[in-house]
Amino acid sequence: MSKSLNEILANFCGDKSEIIPILQDIQSNIGYLPEEAIIEVSKFTRVPESEIYGVATFYTQFRFLPVGKKHIMVCKGTACHVKGAPQIIEGIERHLGIKEGEVTFDLEYSLESVGCLGCCALAPCAMINEEVESNLTLRDVKRIFSRMKRDSNGEDC
Amino acid sequence: MNFNELLKESLEEYNALVAGETPVILIGSATCGKSAGALEVSATFKEELEEQNVLSEVIEVGCIGLCYLEPIVTIIKKGMPAIFYGDVTSKLAKQLVRRYIVGDDPMGDYALGTFGENGVEGIPKLYDIPVMKPQIRRILRNCGFIDPNNIKHYIAMDGYSGLKSALQMKPEEVIDKVKLSGLRGRGGAGFPTWMKWKFCIDSGEEEKYLICNADEGDPGAFMNRSLLESDPHSVLEGIVIAAYAIGAKEGYIYCRAEYPLALERLKHAILEMKRFGFLGQDIMGSGFNFNIKIKEGAGAFVCGEETALIASIEGKRGMPRTRPPFPTTSGLWGKPTVINNVETMASVSLIMQAGHSRFIEHGTEDSKGTKTFSLVGNVKNTGLIEVPLGTTLRKVIEEIGGGIIDDGNFKAVQIGGPSGGCLPDSFLDTQIDYDSLTMAGAIMGSGGLVVMDQSSCMVDVAHYFLEFIQNESCGKCVPCRLGTKQMLDILTDITEGKGKTGDVDLLLELAEGVKDGSLCGLGQTSPNPVLTTIRFFKDEYDAHINERRCPALLCKELINYQIIQDKCEGCMICLKSCPVGAISGIKKELHSIDKDKCIKCGTCIELCSGKYNAIEPISKY
Repeated sequence: MSKSLNEILANFCGDKSEIIPILQDIQSNIGYLPEEAIIEVSKFTRVPESEIYGVATFYTQFRFLPVGKKHIMVCKGTACHVKGAPQIIEGIERHLGIKEGEVTFDLEYSLESVGCLGCCALAPCAMINEEVESNLTLRDVKRIFSRMKRDSNGEDC
Repeated sequence: MNFNELLKESLEEYNALVAGETPVILIGSATCGKSAGALEVSATFKEELEEQNVLSEVIEVGCIGLCYLEPIVTIIKKGMPAIFYGDVTSKLAKQLVRRYIVGDDPMGDYALGTFGENGVEGIPKLYDIPVMKPQIRRILRNCGFIDPNNIKHYIAMDGYSGLKSALQMKPEEVIDKVKLSGLRGRGGAGFPTWMKWKFCIDSGEEEKYLICNADEGDPGAFMNRSLLESDPHSVLEGIVIAAYAIGAKEGYIYCRAEYPLALERLKHAILEMKRFGFLGQDIMGSGFNFNIKIKEGAGAFVCGEETALIASIEGKRGMPRTRPPFPTTSGLWGKPTVINNVETMASVSLIMQAGHSRFIEHGTEDSKGTKTFSLVGNVKNTGLIEVPLGTTLRKVIEEIGGGIIDDGNFKAVQIGGPSGGCLPDSFLDTQIDYDSLTMAGAIMGSGGLVVMDQSSCMVDVAHYFLEFIQNESCGKCVPCRLGTKQMLDILTDITEGKGKTGDVDLLLELAEGVKDGSLCGLGQTSPNPVLTTIRFFKDEYDAHINERRCPALLCKELINYQIIQDKCEGCMICLKSCPVGAISGIKKELHSIDKDKCIKCGTCIELCSGKYNAIEPISKY
């Protein structure tokens, strides 16, 4: 891990203004921000760890725990809310047996809600990794997760 | 290559494409198109073309805004106008290849409209169909028509001619032109764009910055995303023009990380600009140097506020600071900085390309030009629209939106996001312009219009926005951080049937405190959704508090589900799907719901609706 961390840092010059891009780069490579990454970024930018941590916790994008292989972001925008997003979120929670912000035991799925995905005309919607699923119904939730389960079982074989 | 040669080459290339022998298939592949299955449709077209052994160009374009009809496909065949098709499935894609590309049948039954001089019998012109007719598409003129990844398409559409003429003027002349156009910032507040630029110049400092705010955080708004995905150069051209006008050497685009496709298109477009000399050193031979960096937002609504945005670019927590000094005096790294919204930048390109006089053809005395809106919620035709400022809400909702889904009743339109308000039907004839909306208690905001019908509970809507604000408050000002928390707690009580007499008055009092005691726009305007719902839908608050009744039958604590005796056929579908086993009954006999077990998740209602419609929410009390 520390090697890839060094590789990431090698692309930056260590200026304070780079803190957010560095953290973004680390997260997109490692999946989250481990404690040692915060320590390394602190040394690299000469900004106290507390401040790095302060910046990282301010922005909702940053996570301090790993996410599942399939990271689900359910949109909580106004259009989605009006079109029943709360029911969809509950439906996914029931289906996966986890709550918003949690990861399944097998690290397969993680669930969070986001402010708005900008796909409001086809509300309610959710993003699974980088794919947007739109016009969701509770039936779709069932269908999508059964499909993903089938697909990942297929991979294992 | 100079600009005229490049223009000639671009026109030749574009014309050869759209008027050539080879048919062209344009596939709407912005985020909405993709989520509706555009990539599968695109793949089917390619497979079927190969199968039929015909040559045709398949190009992924942006979005024409008719999101409810995605995936949208346009076919251009020699001698025919461009024909738009909506709701294209893989099956229809195959048929279109066989019957229209190979054959000569344009499949009029499936066509939405045509675009071009000649018409096709039986197919209306695209701009004559009801959803398009009231619209004037200037900002969105290229969206869905050009390949966003090909700068030459943009150039062929007059692109960069605005920058060319700007660079031939003095910066003050550019500012004068923008002044004459009456352009006001499209991000929400509506501050005159020219004035912001002028303030920046008047600072007298050498080093200045330009920032394009693409941190479209308002939930329910996606105009900027769509524009960046469909026509990124129209925004980038405006940025370079603005930078020239204020004398900035460096610029930033602050774009949300939630918009991966917009970011990808922007990065590609910037590379193309550099390649063709629209960015970098000595732009278009004018001696003007300018560069753009992209900064990805990290998920903080408050970063749409300009001082918070600056803090974020500087690598800090995105917390607003007091103004003055305004960013035009002391902004990024303490230097004068102009922050303009995505659509403002695209408007600047338009003004410099077509002239300010064309820009002021539309709009009202104080709100010039056209404006894009995302029309979403419970209307039939959801999508991205563009209308002249001054158009009434009624025209937008009833004509363009096609009215309420399932022939329901209009209840409210939420305009301006969390800083805006909910307006009832008595305001449908209000004009959409900066001043009329402010007078009505809402704000223009960036352009989100969320339409609600009788199924929306207005107390729940107020609760929704306050919950959003609670999550997004940066925490600096106590009234915003704690005042909204108190307001949210009161609203939670009301939606759960625990409201008390006097709660509404307390909400109003707290709202005043939050308004007066917060530093930035987020806090100052955060009570608006509560204030407008109390002002226009007080009866709903009263019903929740006095009768423990939710008129929309939405608030879970106040409703039960029941099976309608005459309608239930005993099909057992709901029974099998209920996640908590609350439904009992035997085949072909009336089912029943155990109220104590039922979690009101909506599964049974969804399954039964459209078949027997035998399950409904009823008031608990």
